[in-house]
Amino acid sequence: MMDIMEGSHAVSRAVTFCRPEVIAAYPITPQTHIVEALAEIVANCELDADYITVESEFSALSACLGASAAGSRVYSATTSQGLALMFEVCFNVAGMRFPVIMSIVNRALGAPLSIWNDHQDSISLRDSGWMQFYSEDNQEATDLHYLAYKVAEDHRILLPSFVCFDGFILSHTYEPVDMLTQEQVDSYLPPFKPYHRLDVKDPISFGMFASPDYYQEFRYANDQALHKAKEVIADYGREFGEMFGRDYSGLVESYRLDDADTAIIALGSICGTVKDAIDEMRDAGKKVGLLKIRAFRPFPGKEIAKALQGVSRVAVLDKNISLGSKGAACLEVKDALYGSQIPVLGYVLGLGGRDIRKKDIAAIVNNAEKGIGDMFYGLREEELK
Amino acid sequence: MTNGSCDLFESGHRACGGCAAALAAKLILEAAGEDTIVVSATGCMEVFSTPYPETAWKVPWIHSLFENNSAVASGVVASLKKQGRSSKVIAIGGDGATFDIGMLCISGAFERGHDFTYICYDNEAYMNTGIQRSGATPYDASTTTSPAGKCSFGNPRPKKDMPMILAAHGAPYIATASIAYPADLKKKVQKAINIPGPCYIQVHAPCCTGWGFEGEKTIAIGKLAIDTGLWVNYEMENGMVTRAKKVKRKPVEEYLKEQKRFRHLFKPRTNDEEIAKIQQIADRNAEKYGIDIVLKK
Repeated sequence: MMDIMEGSHAVSRAVTFCRPEVIAAYPITPQTHIVEALAEIVANCELDADYITVESEFSALSACLGASAAGSRVYSATTSQGLALMFEVCFNVAGMRFPVIMSIVNRALGAPLSIWNDHQDSISLRDSGWMQFYSEDNQEATDLHYLAYKVAEDHRILLPSFVCFDGFILSHTYEPVDMLTQEQVDSYLPPFKPYHRLDVKDPISFGMFASPDYYQEFRYANDQALHKAKEVIADYGREFGEMFGRDYSGLVESYRLDDADTAIIALGSICGTVKDAIDEMRDAGKKVGLLKIRAFRPFPGKEIAKALQGVSRVAVLDKNISLGSKGAACLEVKDALYGSQIPVLGYVLGLGGRDIRKKDIAAIVNNAEKGIGDMFYGLREEELK
Repeated sequence: MTNGSCDLFESGHRACGGCAAALAAKLILEAAGEDTIVVSATGCMEVFSTPYPETAWKVPWIHSLFENNSAVASGVVASLKKQGRSSKVIAIGGDGATFDIGMLCISGAFERGHDFTYICYDNEAYMNTGIQRSGATPYDASTTTSPAGKCSFGNPRPKKDMPMILAAHGAPYIATASIAYPADLKKKVQKAINIPGPCYIQVHAPCCTGWGFEGEKTIAIGKLAIDTGLWVNYEMENGMVTRAKKVKRKPVEEYLKEQKRFRHLFKPRTNDEEIAKIQQIADRNAEKYGIDIVLKK
């Protein structure tokens, strides 16, 4: 049954169905509706969780780390400056292999201050060891939470995960969402079984320091787990599809790509606009397709190379910029296609909530066809004088 | 292992000979027993006790970062509560982790009222990184970032009153203690872990390496701090000082002259003016906590 729900409320309902025992979060726009809804759910005894109203995002993730170590399924949500404040803890959670799940309601990073959407926050944590999923719509935003918990807690993986969805564009938008029931989620997501936990009956030490004789092997194991996650995401994504009809086995997903000359690559809610633009361009006789990246970490480089085999050019849309270089997805797609003769053109766009319309996508395809790329798209020239 | 076994913090760790922090860890676990989970901050104690793959801790132990042990402890406490487990949780940090970088997390955890005991081993500077000043460094102590020099007498500020700050958070039990008085320290640990809510113990932990004295003198230096009134062992219950160790006070010089961190107050000449200021700090402590033994006439 479809419910018309605000994105944040759909996500908070999905999180409730995942039965976290400990929630720790700090309010920040545009994440607030999630944590408010969860507080209400806990206050009404609809979820038996301890909700820690921490004094900062730094403590939110630190409390999640402690609760995960003690053996609880945990949840947090943040965005932008909040995620930046968690930087140190993010690396720690991944290094200590705690399967913390955190919603990232994507928002730009200051300065200048902006509460609006782009992907700079989560993309900037791409090296932290967390899995990163990006949602096209609120249906995906809810479903990916179930998938993220299931993959993260698998004892072959034991890694934390971001579930990213675009601030305001999804979080504050009402869309039809097919919400699973508690019974359905229970049948998919088993209770949390920690690999180790803080337990006086079996005392072990967590978070010791590693000398140069040991450190590198920890990093290697962390990286191996992230690579292994590709296979586990595919398996559990397929299982989700078999059970509920929506298949998430692909770390990437293509749209009208089979005979495309120009492939567009994008992450998040912009993919909906791109699909509409592609339909219009197809009607006008242009062979354009989309390859959506759903999992940015682990990065599906081989899958991307395979999916793009037949195209003549690739236009990568990045709502982020590695300043002094290029957009993050562009760089990684170039790496994935290294050795092929397919030109990869990067477009940094939509920063700080700048709207992207169908005509912008058409203009970008025109640019790509002329070989014009690796640029900011949509700059207001009068502001640059 | 039996409850109260001294084996809970094992020997063979990498602390300096005469390390008060190592002694504090041993005493804390002797008092707390094996039904205890320890959350450590980054610092000397964390580093000398857990070089992978070895650990000195025979209770469950976790270290995450420098400044977040009380936030991690909040999560541990919340999780244990949900699971119906009753183990005691003790967060341990040095004075840098406690007074300075972890202040926000401690404040948050105490305000929220989580049921754990925070123990600060106070060696009065950042010892793990090489003796830099912290908010716990006493007035005029020379450290690597507050060196005595031609126009400096060392650390220009008195020690932050951390126990009072946490008392203002409504903590039900706050105590100061010293490794020089092990029985008193253990009694306070046992008291704190059995009082519901966030409790705080600040343990004076003289650092032979950082303060500049021989390792066999650690206990003697700890006693001198108390005997001069520069450290007061007291308890606060629900915001009121209920007990303070009384002493027949000695002049502060007797404490200062034993430590290289204060040697600039004696060489090349005795700096009476600065020593008088430190004596004033001891006098104010004595008055505030009523520690002077007054003989009845």
